[in-house]
Amino acid sequence: MRYIEPHAHMVSRTTDDYTAMVTAGCQAVCEPAFWAGFDRRTAEGFHDYFLQLVDYEPRRAKKYQLPHYCWLCINPKESEDVKLAEEVISIIPSLLDRQSVLGIGEIGLNKNSRNEYKILEMHIQLALDHDQLILVHTPHLEDKLKGTKLILQALKNFPKLKPERVIIDHVEEHTARLVLDQGFWAGMTLYPESKCTPARAVDILEMLGTDRLWLNSACDWGHSDPLAVPKAGLEMRRRGYSADVVDQVLYRNPVSFLSQSSHFSISNEEK
Amino acid sequence: MKLSPAASYSAVDQSFIDARARLLDVAAFLDRVQRYGQEDDFRVAALKQAIAQLSTSEPGRVERILLELSDPSLEPIPAASMQGAFGAYKPQS
Repeated sequence: MRYIEPHAHMVSRTTDDYTAMVTAGCQAVCEPAFWAGFDRRTAEGFHDYFLQLVDYEPRRAKKYQLPHYCWLCINPKESEDVKLAEEVISIIPSLLDRQSVLGIGEIGLNKNSRNEYKILEMHIQLALDHDQLILVHTPHLEDKLKGTKLILQALKNFPKLKPERVIIDHVEEHTARLVLDQGFWAGMTLYPESKCTPARAVDILEMLGTDRLWLNSACDWGHSDPLAVPKAGLEMRRRGYSADVVDQVLYRNPVSFLSQSSHFSISNEEK
Repeated sequence: MKLSPAASYSAVDQSFIDARARLLDVAAFLDRVQRYGQEDDFRVAALKQAIAQLSTSEPGRVERILLELSDPSLEPIPAASMQGAFGAYKPQS
């Protein structure tokens, strides 16, 4: 089984995970910028983190034959401080031509505050100004429904934005249709507790079809599973779906979205 | 692409024991919070209310439970005072 891991925070994983992912069939991993578990205090701190994403982590992944890509932004959890967020956003354009950068992400909302919304709008404008793909994080648990609606409204306020160049991540049963009905891509995150399990994700695929959907593990320093995507593939196979259908969802769908970035290339026999 | 499940797949055979175990975990959790005198927590109340969806016969139980546990408001809040989430919406008193 070949697959793409389109959302993983590998800076917080061990090299054992790279070995396990490649062994399971991973062909490329994509790492959105995110929260480190504590609030960084300076723009310089973010700059160092961005260099880790664009320089260091691809080298670490390469030792395991795994292409590594990234997305850049200030995560919504750190967007309450508008002045700092503006400083961080001003750093990003200088890094967008780096070969491993796919776009702006994971932007979005966390607690659905006014400042988070303001920084979300700034990120959308940044992506438009530089013709970048967008990866959007939707809030957790009880905040997800409201946050998804606010994010859709914010995106709608940029009429030049092409929905097919935006993926809205962490959808669940109550938000997936909202996202897909407006032409965006949707990501299902496979978490042991707080988002979709592999079984629920396959249920959603059965209800909504496979178009414009991808699966990811979003593995980080918390309770998460870097092999969640191939485990969802196994769940599909258990239910009787062909290897080709599994390949469509786990490999060809993410390749289709990511290939909209000229930086993404996959040297495999067939896309 | 629409997915058509294989006719030979038995969701019950595959998942019943897992679902049974999860149901027992929920029951054990409710017994535990009662034993510890924490039944009044808004999250426990929300969970008990959501459990009613399990006895309905209409499909869409997961979606309805998620909607019940969600913040129904639409306006951004003035400022974020915390970063985490509770798992259930706490109505403003």
